[in-house]
Formats: sequence, structure tokens, C-alpha cells
Amino acid sequence: MTKKLRSVGVLTALALSLAACGGAKVGDAEQPEAGGGKECGSFNLAVSPWVGYEANAAVVAYVATKELGCKVVKKNLKEEISWQGFGTGEVDAVLENWGHEDLKKKYVDEQKVAVVVGPSGNKGVIGWYLPPWLAAERPELKDWKNLNKFAALFKTTESGGKGQLLDGDPSFVTNDEALVKNLKLDYKVVYAGSETALIQAFRDAEKNKKPVIGYFYEPQWFFNELKLVKVDLPAYTKGCDADPAKVACDYPAYDLDKIVAKKFADSGSPAYELVKNFSWTNDDQNQVAKYIAEDKLSPDAAAEKWVNDNRAKVDAWLGK
Amino acid sequence: MAAITGSVELEVRRPRRAVLVGILLVGWLAAFFLLRGIDTLVLGGQETTRLHRWLTEQADVLGSGNVVFDTIRVAVGQFVVLLQDVIAQPSYGRPVPVIGWLGVVAVSAYLAWAFGNWKVAVLTAAGLTFVGLQGLWQQSMDTLALTLAAVLLALLVGIPLGIWAGLSHRMFRVTKLVLDLMQTLPTFVYLAPLTLFFAIGPAAATIATVIYAAPPVVRLTAHALRSVPTESVEAARSLGSTRGQTLTKVQLPLSRSTVVVGINQTIMAALSMVTVAALIDAPGLGQTVLKALQTLDVGVAFNAGLAIVVLAIVLDRVTTAAGDRPWRTASIRRKALLGAGAAGVLVAIWFSRTYVWAAEFPATADVGSRIAVVATDVTTWVQDVFGGFTYGVRDAVTTGVLNPLQTLLTDSPWWLVSVVVVLLALVLGGWRAAVPAAACLGLLVGTGVWHDAMVTLASTLLATVVVVAVGLVLGVWAGRNQRIDSWIRPVLDAGQTMPPFVYLVPFLALFGTSRFTAIAAAVVFAVPVTTKIVADGIRAVPVATVEAANSVGSSSWQVISKVQLPVARRAITLAVNQGLIYVLSMVVVGGLVGAGALGYDVAAGFAQSELYGKGLAAGLAIVLLGVMLDRITQAAARPRKFRGTVGGDKW
Repeated sequence: MTKKLRSVGVLTALALSLAACGGAKVGDAEQPEAGGGKECGSFNLAVSPWVGYEANAAVVAYVATKELGCKVVKKNLKEEISWQGFGTGEVDAVLENWGHEDLKKKYVDEQKVAVVVGPSGNKGVIGWYLPPWLAAERPELKDWKNLNKFAALFKTTESGGKGQLLDGDPSFVTNDEALVKNLKLDYKVVYAGSETALIQAFRDAEKNKKPVIGYFYEPQWFFNELKLVKVDLPAYTKGCDADPAKVACDYPAYDLDKIVAKKFADSGSPAYELVKNFSWTNDDQNQVAKYIAEDKLSPDAAAEKWVNDNRAKVDAWLGK
Repeated sequence: MAAITGSVELEVRRPRRAVLVGILLVGWLAAFFLLRGIDTLVLGGQETTRLHRWLTEQADVLGSGNVVFDTIRVAVGQFVVLLQDVIAQPSYGRPVPVIGWLGVVAVSAYLAWAFGNWKVAVLTAAGLTFVGLQGLWQQSMDTLALTLAAVLLALLVGIPLGIWAGLSHRMFRVTKLVLDLMQTLPTFVYLAPLTLFFAIGPAAATIATVIYAAPPVVRLTAHALRSVPTESVEAARSLGSTRGQTLTKVQLPLSRSTVVVGINQTIMAALSMVTVAALIDAPGLGQTVLKALQTLDVGVAFNAGLAIVVLAIVLDRVTTAAGDRPWRTASIRRKALLGAGAAGVLVAIWFSRTYVWAAEFPATADVGSRIAVVATDVTTWVQDVFGGFTYGVRDAVTTGVLNPLQTLLTDSPWWLVSVVVVLLALVLGGWRAAVPAAACLGLLVGTGVWHDAMVTLASTLLATVVVVAVGLVLGVWAGRNQRIDSWIRPVLDAGQTMPPFVYLVPFLALFGTSRFTAIAAAVVFAVPVTTKIVADGIRAVPVATVEAANSVGSSSWQVISKVQLPVARRAITLAVNQGLIYVLSMVVVGGLVGAGALGYDVAAGFAQSELYGKGLAAGLAIVLLGVMLDRITQAAARPRKFRGTVGGDKW
């Protein structure tokens, strides 16, 4: 029992001696509020689970905090859940929307709780990709017409005797099942189930020279590590994907856009102006995504680095 | 001795059952070759049935806001934020929380000491400091705040419910059914609907955690009350105690240690939800794990996962110690010590409120990134060394066992599978198994995801067989040898609490995207619980019985197979049963690594609005599979002689 008492005493003495050495007191360094002009208040920003989106969010959050004095609350959410947040006031802005027409119809047209505020400047590409070694060894695979010839190459334990076409996360926009059917390909769509599984499959394919063909997309930080090669599907023409069951053409090029809550748009918050004006290129996004994913910077540090290097772009967003 | 006679009876009965099962299986195979491909009820990935579309519409109706749900959400949200303000987040205009790290460590260690003993107090202080050294102090405190909020709410609801179920037989039966459902329903399934009622963020995450974590404390409280010897209760009543007095003075004090075990299990369940709840924006370590997963950063994910394991070990040991402590033994001397300790704690809190070094965990020690580097290196090494070999194992198992089994299940007509399963249930467990099995199969057809359910069933059966085999070997080993047990237990704890998301990436590297990867992940998750139950069962075999066997010169193998295993039969059945439930609860995670089927459907329902109803139906299908398999295994285990007299009193 006395042992315990002693240990408490020792702990206290230790703490006191540490304190005697002094040290900064809590609240000594009050940070001055930045900005001026209109009060920004709280800004709820949805962050979807891929690094490219996180790059967008990092930069917008950094600028909003540092330049406009907003209190940015990042919410890590899957897309569908973010859209639900528009109505309940939990989410103010989504910075990178991949053509979710169904969600637009529901939340913008029907419920009128969200507004489209224009493109983010990023161009989205969706398609079927090959690991670089395979594209180099069998360049004819880059044309979809030759895919059937090599179906046996892509056979796995999961594909039931056919070639395996690897798809990703269930939230990804995909027509692949219809494409395989309508292009009469001898392939089976196998769902990896997550972006992580998809990237791991490509990484493994390149490292161990395994044949893999799968769904992928740009912009994406992984392209900094591995330059995947896109397979040419029958060219996209306007309306060729109108009937989801009859699709037999490539994915369109997506102009990724920004969606905000109606309330947020009407609030006159300077953060809304920032979101409205925010626009950058795929290279910009990949740069910040690389800082985060490969250089292991925190999103905030990555944003700071990019903002310091691209002052002019940021000033344009702020209307300076 | 009764148990031994039971086992003799088993020996006699076994051949007849085995013959019947054999005939059934041969008949199934024959019918399969004749009827292959008819009535298989295949439904494409993007296809939906009328039921699915109807469910999707309901989601829109429900999501339009409701005063009751909003009130609950705001209240729970306030509660979580309050706890976060105290230990985790900058609050009340200060750049630090109300209590800084030194204060939190002091308070936790003090509580551990007051309710447990000084050993767990040291463990608590060391564990929390280690988490801080990992560079994860704030995230850990967010997780702790959320866990505490969920556990307190679960206890608030769970203990009264448990008491009610402990006192009333009818209530007992009702809760048992509901709790079975709550524990098998995949968390992914109700995560999406929950966001409709409770939006997103800490409040919804807490509510989801409460749903997942409350069952153990309800179960064990009820179980504890029912296990209080009737003599004690009758003695109290005969001395003139009222019902309330009997409850508070006799039944509850006598049940205390079991109730604490329930609280302990609830805490563990709550902690294991934190990574899943991160999907609806629960703050804390779960976020770190999910973020790391996006960049396939095994090291960082492991570091955060390790912090969860450390928190789990600390909370586990403290509650266990609190449960072991005799009821009310505070001597004057102890009271004085407690007072002195409290004063020390207050000093520590004052420091943590005053000085920055005691408020924010110093960032100088960088253990976390070193752990991350080591974890990454080890993973890479394992991948490089075993990579080719593991692919070979995967291919052999998949083509040799899994594919044939799956084909048999998926390509047989649905009615043939149903008839075979119901007959099997009848042979193995009698009507008690056959009737629920028939009901579940019927509902399964109704969900519209029959084909996917059969794919999942094949993987589940295979995974369960592996889990039981491994669990039996490890459990018997640990049950017979105390030293092995103390070595193996921390590993088992880690297997149960380390978020599955952490080992997904290494498993993907080892086995690729496949059903086999999902099976491997499920095995890691389910083996600990099976092993623990088997070990406990073996240990509970009366020493006298084992010694009797030893004295007549039985070999170790004979003792195990003829005495220990038969006597521990009930524990082993429970182990099989729990292994199965744990495997099923991993189905959704399996869907993220290429297992497809129900797991993918559920995840898709969470991610795509038009597949919402299908996801719900798939979740329901997982539950139906669980209930069906549970009933069959339970009934099969029940000694036939006693059937009907034992009643439904088993938990």
C-alpha cells in the first residue's frame, strides 16, 4: 500500500519538477484571425474516399481557413451519403462529382436541396486499362477487337473459364457488364470491391508480370507510380449510352463538377464564392495527390506547398 | 458422469445419422447432374427485383425528416461532443481540450486502480502513453470518447433490458431472438439506413455502435440473473424481502461479476465498430485506417490498428480486474489512499490545463512512423517470400474445393437445395432445426438474391470448417496448457480487435482479389473466438475425470478424444456456432476484396442509391443464412434424449 502512495508522490514530484522548468502556458500564443471582410463562419466540406478528391478538399479547406477565416469542417463520406447531407445541412459542398445523373435528378431537380455550380476543371476519364508491361509486350490488346483472342490469358480462379475483367468499388460509375455482353466479349466482370483491391491488382500485375485487364480512371495519384495503358473501346458518341442495357461504346469524357447545398449557395458566405470560382487542371490535382499519397504530407501541408507555388491561381479564385 | 454416458450414447447413434447424411448427399449429387442449370434464380449485378425497388422507394420516404429522430440525434450528438471536448478536441475557445494528455493518463490510471488494482493502473498509464508516442493521441481520444459514449448509452439501455429478461421468461425469449438478429445483421447493412434517420457524423456513428455493442451486456445480465441460485432468492423472499429488495440486495450483487463480463464484451464490440463507423464520419482512429487504405499504406494503417488494439487491451484488463474484485471491500486505509490518489490526479489535471507540454502530447518521440516502417517492411518481406506459394494454395483450394462446392449450390435448382437442406436439418437436429431452416430458405428465395446467397454460403461453409479445425487444435492445446494459453491470448485479442481493414492490403498482395482472400480474412477474424471458447470448455472438464482417465493409462490422445472433447461437447458446439457467426459477419468485408456475392451487394446498396433496396435484401439474406445455420448447429448439438426438456434456456 505504501508503495502506491510513494509512486503517487514520485509522480507528483516529477510533474512539479517538470513544471519548474517552465514551459509555454496554454493559450499564450493566440493566433490572430485572418481575413476580414464578410464573416465566413462554419463551412462543411464533404471529402470522398479517393486521394484526388482529398487533394481538392485540402486546397479549398486551406484557402478557406487561411484567407477567409472560415472554420472548415471536413466530413469523410461516400458520395451517396454526402448528397444526403445537402438536405439535412450536414454538408455544404461536394468538390468533385463524377456525373452522378441519378443523384442530380433526386437532389437538384426533385428535392431542390442542391445546386450545380459548374466544373472543377478536372477531366475525368473512365475505361479499361492494362499494366504497362503487358501493353508493351502485346500492343494489339490496346484495341478491344483483339480482346477475345487473348481471353484465355486473363483467366483466373474467379472468372469461371472466361477472361477476367476486374471492376472496382460498387460506387464507381460502370457499364462494364453491359459492355461485355453487347460487345460479345468472352469475359466475366469480377468485382474487386474496392479501389484498394484494384490498385493492388495492377501493382502486383506489373511487378510479377501477370496479365490483368481492369476498370480504372484518371485523374488518379496511382498514375504517378504506374502509367497504365488505356484500351480503346468503340468510340463514344453522344447518346450511345442512353440505354444502360444496350451500351456498346466507350465512356464519355467527364467534366467533373461541383455541387453545393442550396442553403449554402444562398447564404452569401465567402466560402461559397471560393467553391464557385475554384477550378484547376488534372496536373494540379495529381501534384497535390502525389504530395499526400507518396510524399506522405498531411493534406494541410500538401495544400500549403501547392498554394505557395501557385499564388496566381489562388488569387483568381479569391477574386483578387 | 452424466456427460460421459451422453458420449457413449453418441457413439451408438452416430452411424445411423452418418448413413442418412451420406445417402442424402449422394442423392443430391445424382439429382444435380440431371437438373443442373434449371431454376437457379441468377440475378445480374445491376439487376433488381420488384421488392428491391419497393425498398428503395421506402428509403426516400423515410429520409424526409422526423422530430423524434432529430431529437435523439441532437441529444446523442451533444453527449459525444461533450466527451470530445473534455478529452479530445479543442474546446471552449481554448486550443486544447478541457483535460490534456497528462490529466487523461492520470484520471484513467486512477480509475483503473480504484476499480481494479495497481497492476492494471500501471498498464493503463503505459498503454495510453504508448498510444501518445505513436503520434495518435488526438485520434485515440476521439475514438475513446466515441466508445465511452456508445458504451454508456448501451449500458443505460442494456442493463435494464437484461434485468427484465432475467426476471421474465417471456421477455427472455423475445430478447434472445432480437439479439441474435442484431448480432448477425452486418453493420454495413444498417449503416446506410441509419444515415437516413440520424444523418451522418458522431451521433449516427454512436447510435450504430450502440446497436452493435448492446447485445452482449443484455445477454450476460439476463444470464447472470438467471444463474443466481434459487435457494438464495427463496431465502431472501422467506425473510420478507420485496421483489425490489431481492433484486438489489441479492440477485444483482451475486450477478455482478458476470454483468461486468458483459460490459467488457460490449466495450470490445464498440471498439471493433470504430473503423466501420468511420464510413459515416465517426472521428478518430478509424479515419486514419481508412485514409491509409486509400493509398495502400499498410504501415500507417497498422500503426492506427495497433492503437485500437492497445486501447482494447487496456479496457479489457481494467474491466476484467474490476469484475474480479470482491464486492465492497473499502477499508479505511484504502479510503485514505484513494483520497491521496485523487489529490494527485487533481494536480495532474491542473498541469494539463495550464502548460502546453502537459496538454498536447509532445511530438518529439516518433515511435509511430518507425512502427509504420517496420510493418511495411515485414509485409513486403512476407509478400516476396510467400507470394508465389500463397497463389498456389489459393488456386488449389479454389479449384479443388470451393468451386465444386459452389457449383453444386448455385447450379442446383433452388427447390432441390431447399429440400436437401431441410432434410439434412431434420436428420441432424430434428424438427427444431428443419422448421426454421424451411422458413429461412423460403424467405431467402423471397429476397431475390438466392444465387448470391448460395455463392456466399459456399465460402462461409469452407471458412467455418477451417475456423473450427484451427480453433479445435489451438483451443485444446491452450486448454490443456496454462502457459500456452497465456502466450496465445494476447494474439487472439489482437486478431479480434485489429480492424480487418488493416490486413486487407497484405492479404490482397498474398492472394489477389478473390473469394479465397475473403475466406482468409474471415478465418483470422473468427479463429480467436472459437479457440477461446474451446479452451474454456476443455479447462472446465473436471480434473477428477481427467485424472481418472490418466490413472487407467490412457495416452494424451485418448484423454483428449475420449474424455475432454466429449465432455466439453457443449462448449465445442458453441464454438462452432460462434465461429460461424463471426465468419458471416465478415461477409461484407469480403465483398471489398473480391468475394462478390452478398457482401458486394450490401456494399453496393450503401454506395448507390438505386441499389439501396437490393443491398438491404442482401443484408437480410446474410441474417437468414445466419439464423438457419445457427438453428441447425444448435439443434444438432442437443442430445436427443433431453430434447424438449432442456428448453430454450441456452445462450
